[in-house]
Amino acid sequence: MPNDSLKRVDFIFDKDYNCKEVLYDAFKLTRDEIVEEIIKSGLRGRGGAGFYTGVKWKYAKEEQADEKVVICNADEGEPGTFKDRAILEEVPTKVLAGMALCAKVIGAKKGFIYLRGEYNYLKPKLEQEINKFTDILRSELNFDFTINIFSGAGAYVCGEETALLNSMEGLRGEPRNKPPYPTHFGLLGKPTVVNNVETLVYAVMVFKIGAENFKNIGIQGSSGSKLFSVSGDTPKSGIYELEFGMKVSDFVNEFGDGDAKAVQVGGASGFCVPRKSFDKTTIGYQGKLKGNSLPTGGSMMIFNSSRSMYNVLHNYLEFFVEESCGQCVPCRIGTSEYLENLLALSETMRLTSKCGLGQSVGNSFSSIVENFKEEMIY
Amino acid sequence: MAEVNELVKSLSQKHGKERGSLLPILQGITEIEKSLSAEIMIEVARELNISTAEVYGTASFYSFLDTEPRGEFIIRVCKTISCDMKGKRQIVKTLEDLLKIKVGETTHNKKFTLLETNCLGWCHKAPAMLINDEVYTDLDDNKVKKIIRKYRSK
Repeated sequence: MPNDSLKRVDFIFDKDYNCKEVLYDAFKLTRDEIVEEIIKSGLRGRGGAGFYTGVKWKYAKEEQADEKVVICNADEGEPGTFKDRAILEEVPTKVLAGMALCAKVIGAKKGFIYLRGEYNYLKPKLEQEINKFTDILRSELNFDFTINIFSGAGAYVCGEETALLNSMEGLRGEPRNKPPYPTHFGLLGKPTVVNNVETLVYAVMVFKIGAENFKNIGIQGSSGSKLFSVSGDTPKSGIYELEFGMKVSDFVNEFGDGDAKAVQVGGASGFCVPRKSFDKTTIGYQGKLKGNSLPTGGSMMIFNSSRSMYNVLHNYLEFFVEESCGQCVPCRIGTSEYLENLLALSETMRLTSKCGLGQSVGNSFSSIVENFKEEMIY
Repeated sequence: MAEVNELVKSLSQKHGKERGSLLPILQGITEIEKSLSAEIMIEVARELNISTAEVYGTASFYSFLDTEPRGEFIIRVCKTISCDMKGKRQIVKTLEDLLKIKVGETTHNKKFTLLETNCLGWCHKAPAMLINDEVYTDLDDNKVKKIIRKYRSK
C-alpha cells in the first residue's frame, strides 16, 4: 500500500522566507481585507482547540477600545508536545511577524509572549530577536508595536487562555468563566487575542502562499499542515510537519517501531487510539471530537506491546491531579477520584467542569479503559 | 531583613507596583533566594499594598515558585510518560544515590534540591531534567554523574 495520506511539507521551519516582505505586502491591504484572507484560508488554532483564527481576529477587531492586546501563547505544557519550543528557537521572526499581523488587524500596540517557565533558557535570544524585529517594524514598515516576554512559573493550566490572562494579572492561574471571551474582555479587561505560537506562523504563511493555496493543503475542515511532536516507542522521535487528514495507520507505518499497539493523540488530554482503530482514524478537525477524526495540538505518543497501558493511564492521571487548578469541584475532586476507577465520573466532569482541563481529563481515561480493559483488571 | 527589603524595593522599581507585577517580582526573588520565605512574602504584600494571603495564594499556585527552602541548584526531573518510559526512575535513583537525598529534599550544604516535575517538553530526547534554567536531555547514569560533578565544583 502506498503511503498516500502522509504528506510531509516544510513550511514552518523553511528558512528561505522573508517575513518583512510578506508583512510589507500584507500591510498594503486594509484591515478588513487581511482578516477576510485569514478567514478564507480556513486557518484554525494549532494549540489544540482549533478555533478559527480569522474569526477570533475579527471579533477583537470589531471591539471598540482604547487599547487592545496580542498574546502569543507559548505555555506549551501538554505532555508529548515540544514543537512551540522548536519554533521559538529556530524561526522566532515568523512568530513575531504573526503577532504584528494580528496587531495590525485588531489595532493593538502591545504584544506579549507568555513563555512557560520551563523554557526560560530561550529568553535572552528571544529578547534580542524581538528588539531587532520591532526596530524593523518601526523604521521600515512604519508600525509601532512593542512585544514583551512574560515568564510563566510552572502551571499546565495557564495554557488555557483565560488562566493565562489571570496569571499575567498576578493572580492564581485559574480559568475564568466564559463568556466574556478574551476578544471582548481579555488582559485587564482589554480586547485580547491569544494565539498559539504555531498558529501565528501559519497566519504569516497564508499571506506568503495565498489563502486559496493554503486551503488546498490538508482536508476540508482542516486546511493546512501541522507540526507533530512524535515521541514514545519510535526510532524517529522528533518534530515533523505533515498535512492534515493523515490516517493513524499511515502514521504508525512511518513512525512506529513495528510493534505499536496504541497511539495517544493530543497528549494527556487527548485520545488513545488502539491498534484495531488505526485504519479508521484520521487526524484533523473534521467531524466531532470523539469518533473517527481527532483534533490535536500535535502530540503523538506511540506505545508498543511491551507497555502497560495501565501505567500510561496512571501517569496521565497523576499529571492531572497535580495540574488541576482546584477552583471547581468536578475537576478538583474528580481528578483524584479517577485514580479509583470511576468511568461514570468522566462524563460528569466533561459536562460540568469550567475549562478544557476538567472537560478533557476523561478523554484519555475513557479511551484507554475501553480499549485496554484486560490490562486494567489486576 | 534590610537586604530583603532592598531586594523587594529594587524589583518593584523594575516591574512596577501593580498587581500584574506580582509574578515577575516573585520570580525575581526566587532567582536570587531560590525560595519565598514568609518574611519576604509579607514584604512584597506591603510593597504592592495587597494582603499577604494574596501573595501566598498566588505563589503557592505555581510549581516554580517555592515557598519551602531550596538549594542553590534545583534539579527537576521530568516524570511525565515519555521520560517515565525511557528510564526516568533510574535517573532519579542515580541522583538520590549521588546526592544522598530523596525526591523533595535538599542536601545539608544547601547546594542541591531534588524534585520531580511535569512534562518539560523534551519527550523526543527523554529522559530530561532541568537544573535551575539549564536543560539536560538524553540522560543516562554516566551523563548524570558528570553533570553533578560539574555543579559540585561550581
